[in-house]
Amino acid sequence: MKFTLNIWRQNGPHERGRFITYEAQDVSPGMSFLEMLDGVNQRLLGNGEEPVAFEQDCREGICGSCSLVINGIPHGPDQGITTCQLYMRRFSDGAFITIEPWRAKAFPILKDLVVDRSALDRIMQAGGYISVNTGGAVDGNVILIGKDQAETAMDAASCIGCGACVAACKNASAMLFVAAKVSHLATLPQGRPERARRVSAMLEAMDREGFGSCGNQYECEAVCPKNISTRFIANLNHEYLRAGIVESSLPSEPESPHAESS
Amino acid sequence: MTRLDSKIPSGPLESKWDRHRFSEKLVSPNNKRKLSVIVVGTGLAGASAASTLGQLGYHVECFCFHDSPRRAHSIAAQGGINAAKNYQDDGDSVGRLFYDTIKGGDFRSREANVYRLAQVSTQIIDQCVALGIPFAREYGGQLANRSFGGVQVSRTFYCRGQTGQQLLLGAYSALCWQIERGQVTMHPRTELLDLILVDGQARGIVSRDLVTGRISAHTAHAVVLATGGYSNVYYLSTNANGCNVTATYRAWKHGAAFANPCFTQIHPTAIPPGGAHQAKLTLMSESLRNDGRLWVPKVSSDHRLPGDIPPIDRDYFLERRYPRFGNLAPRDIASRAVKVVCDEGRGVGPGGQGVYLDFSEVIEQQGLEVVRERYGNLFDMYHRITGEDAYQVPMRIYPAPHYTMGGLWVDYNLMSTVPGLFVIGEANFADHGANRLGASSLMQGLADGYFILPYTIGHYLATAKLLSIPDDHAEAREAIQRVETRVNRLLTVKGRRTAAMFHRELGTLLWNHCGMSRNEGGLTSALQSIPKLREEFWRDVMVPGSGSAFNQELEYAGRVADYLEFAELLCHDALHRHESCGAHFREEYQTEDGEPRRDDGRFAYVAAWQYRDGAVPVLHKEPLAFEFVPPTMRSYQ
Repeated sequence: MKFTLNIWRQNGPHERGRFITYEAQDVSPGMSFLEMLDGVNQRLLGNGEEPVAFEQDCREGICGSCSLVINGIPHGPDQGITTCQLYMRRFSDGAFITIEPWRAKAFPILKDLVVDRSALDRIMQAGGYISVNTGGAVDGNVILIGKDQAETAMDAASCIGCGACVAACKNASAMLFVAAKVSHLATLPQGRPERARRVSAMLEAMDREGFGSCGNQYECEAVCPKNISTRFIANLNHEYLRAGIVESSLPSEPESPHAESS
Repeated sequence: MTRLDSKIPSGPLESKWDRHRFSEKLVSPNNKRKLSVIVVGTGLAGASAASTLGQLGYHVECFCFHDSPRRAHSIAAQGGINAAKNYQDDGDSVGRLFYDTIKGGDFRSREANVYRLAQVSTQIIDQCVALGIPFAREYGGQLANRSFGGVQVSRTFYCRGQTGQQLLLGAYSALCWQIERGQVTMHPRTELLDLILVDGQARGIVSRDLVTGRISAHTAHAVVLATGGYSNVYYLSTNANGCNVTATYRAWKHGAAFANPCFTQIHPTAIPPGGAHQAKLTLMSESLRNDGRLWVPKVSSDHRLPGDIPPIDRDYFLERRYPRFGNLAPRDIASRAVKVVCDEGRGVGPGGQGVYLDFSEVIEQQGLEVVRERYGNLFDMYHRITGEDAYQVPMRIYPAPHYTMGGLWVDYNLMSTVPGLFVIGEANFADHGANRLGASSLMQGLADGYFILPYTIGHYLATAKLLSIPDDHAEAREAIQRVETRVNRLLTVKGRRTAAMFHRELGTLLWNHCGMSRNEGGLTSALQSIPKLREEFWRDVMVPGSGSAFNQELEYAGRVADYLEFAELLCHDALHRHESCGAHFREEYQTEDGEPRRDDGRFAYVAAWQYRDGAVPVLHKEPLAFEFVPPTMRSYQ
C-alpha cells in the first residue's frame, strides 16, 4: 500500500509550524499506524532529514502517550482505540492522510506532533486522590462495595489521560477527563470524605490551566479511546452542585486541606 | 567490591522482618526534613516509594522520562496482583505464597526476601483499596479473586484486564498528593544519564532534560533506582518502547553488582510477529490460559484450517506433557513447550511461529457471553491487530521477552553494592529467582515501594555519615562532563545506519543465541559478534539534530549504545551457568524427555557480576541456603 501524508512540522513551542507532504511506501495492511510512521522516519533519517517527532510508548493502548489527530479526528477514524491500535488495513490504498498534533491552548506544542500535557497532571495534583497515608489501612473486605458500583467506578477509572477529549472539543475543555476522575472516586466509599473539596479543587485547576467549559456536544465521548461516557460529566455537575451546598456549611475560610505543620 | 553481604536477619523465617524492623534505626521527624532522596522511575515501585517517602517527611526529587509519571510501563500489566489473603478459603496462606514463589523461581531466590514479600502482600491489597482502586467485586461486595499463572489457589486480585493501570494510577494519585504538598518535586521528561558518587556513596544523578537538552546534576542523601527491566535488549519484546537498561547499566559501571542477568522471562502468550516493520510484540494476558487450550496439529504436514482438524489429530501439548497443570503450566515451561513444537515444524501461521490458543470448548460449555465478559477486551485487541475473530477461529500465540528477573544485586535492605544506591521493583534481582510467577511483579513493585524501602532507607540515612554537598561538587561536575562527552560523541559519528537498525540486529542475535534456549556454541559466537556490532555502531550510527533540543533519535541512540554493552554481560552470565533452571535453559543440561536439569551442587548461588573497564566482568557468588524449603526438582508433570 502507498499513502500521501500531510504532517504538521513545528520546530519548537515558539516557532511557526506548517504542513509538509511525505510519501509512505511499502506499507502492509497489518502494519500499525505508528509502524507506518516509523517507516517514514527511517527513510527521512536515511536522507539525512530530521524525523517527525511523535509521542508513543506502550503501543497497546494503555499508557496514553500517543496523540495524533488523523484526518481531523483524535486517534483516527475508529472508536474506542488509541492511535497505536490503529492498523493500516483501515485505510484504502493511495489515501491522503492528514496528521496533526492535539490542538488546545492548554497543550502547547513542543515539537512537530508532541504536545505538553502537564496541565492534566496539575489538575490531578489539585485533588485527584484520596489523602491516605501508606500503612494502617483496614482489611480490604471491611469496605463492601457492590459489584455494580465497582464496575461503574472502573468504567470511569479506565481513563488513560491521553487528552483526546480536549483535542476533540471546540472549547478545548477537559470536562470528560475531570469527570472520569471525580466520578471514579466519588462512586467509592473511600473517596466520599473528600468529594466536595476534590471536585471544587479539580475544576478550579481546570479553569486555571486554560481549558474551556463543556459545550455539550459529546465529541469527547466520541473520540475517547476508553469509551468513557458523558454521563460522567452529568455526574461531575451533580458533584459540583452538591459541593456548593456542602461547602456553604463548611467554615468560611477553610485552610488548605493539605496544610501540614511545616 | 568487597564480599557480598546479603544482611539477612537470623532467626525464624516468620519473624525475620518484624525483628529487623525493630532493630533498624529510625530518623527523627525533624531530621527527615533535612534529608533528600532521589527516586528515578515512576512505575509501581518508584511512584509508591516516592509518595511514601514524601509522606514520611523526606524531601523527594522524582524523575521520569515520560511526559507524566502515570505512563510508566507498569500501566500495561493486565492480569492481576497476588496476595495471601485466603479470602476464598481454598488453602492459601503466607507460607503457601512463599512456597509457590520459591518453587516457581526454581530455587534461585532468597528465602528471607520471598517470605517477606508474601507477608506484606496482604497489606498491599488493603492499601490499594484505601487508595480507591476499583478491584473486581462479588455481588455481595467482597473482593473477587481468580487463579492465575501456575498456582492452584485463587489469590489474584484484579481490575478487569487493566490491573497494572489501576494500581499505577493509585500510586500516581498518592504521588500527586505529595507533589501538591511540596514533599515531592517531580521532574518529568528527564532521563538519568549518570550517577554521582562521593566518597563511594551514591549522592546524586546527572540527567538530561528531554525538551531543552539541558544536562544537569541533582544531589541528595540517597538514590533509589526504580527503572524497570531490560527485555528490550531483544529489540522485540512486550515492553513499552521506552523501557531501557541505561540507569541500571550506568550504575553497574559505577560498581553496583549486576545479578543473574541471564534470567529473562519469555512470556508464552504474545501475538506472533507480523513482519520486519514490527516495533513491539503485544502480550495477550496469561489469564487466557485459564480457559483456552493450547494445541498444534499432530503432524507437521497438516495444513487444514484449525476448525477442520478433528480432536484426534490435535496435540494438546501442555496437557499431554504436564497433565497436573495442563494449560496453566508456569511461563518458562509453557514457552519452551511452544518452542519445541514449533521447532518440530508443527507451528501454525506465517513462518510457523505460532500455536493455537483455542476457546471453542469453553464457548460451547459456558456460552459466548461468559467468555466475552471475561476476556472481551483481549479478544477485541487480538481482532484489531490480526484482523481475526478469536470467537470464531483459535488465536495464534508465540512467546515473547516480557520480564527480567535479573537486575542490580541488592541486600535484604534493597541496597546495591554501592552504599546509598537502592534498587526496587523489576530493576533489582531479588525475589523471583530464575522465573517469575504471574501476578507477582505488581506485588513485588508495590511491596518494595510502599512497605520495604521506606523502612530500610531510614536505617541507612540514620547511620551513614552524609555531609551535605552542593550540586556543583567536583564529582558532579565531572559526571556532567562525562555525559556531555558521550552525547557529543553520539552526535558527531554522523554515519549511515540508524540506531533502530543496530538495535534490531542486536535483538535478533540475542533472540537466536540467548533467548528461550541457549548453548555454549551460540553464546560464544554471540560474545564474538556483539563487540563487532558495537564498534560498527560507534563508527556508523546516524543521529541527526543537536543535543540542546528535543531529539528523540538522540535519546534512543544512547539507550541502544547501552544495550550493545549490556548484551555482553547477559551472554557471559548465560554462558557461565552450566545448568538449566527457570527461564535459563541450556540445551546441554536437559533430561531425555527435554526437561531442564538443575544443578544445585554447583549453581545454587546468585551470580553477581562486577564491572571491570575493558575486561571480562568478575563473578562474585552469593550462596543460596534453603533452610525452610528443601530444593526439589520442580516438576509440573
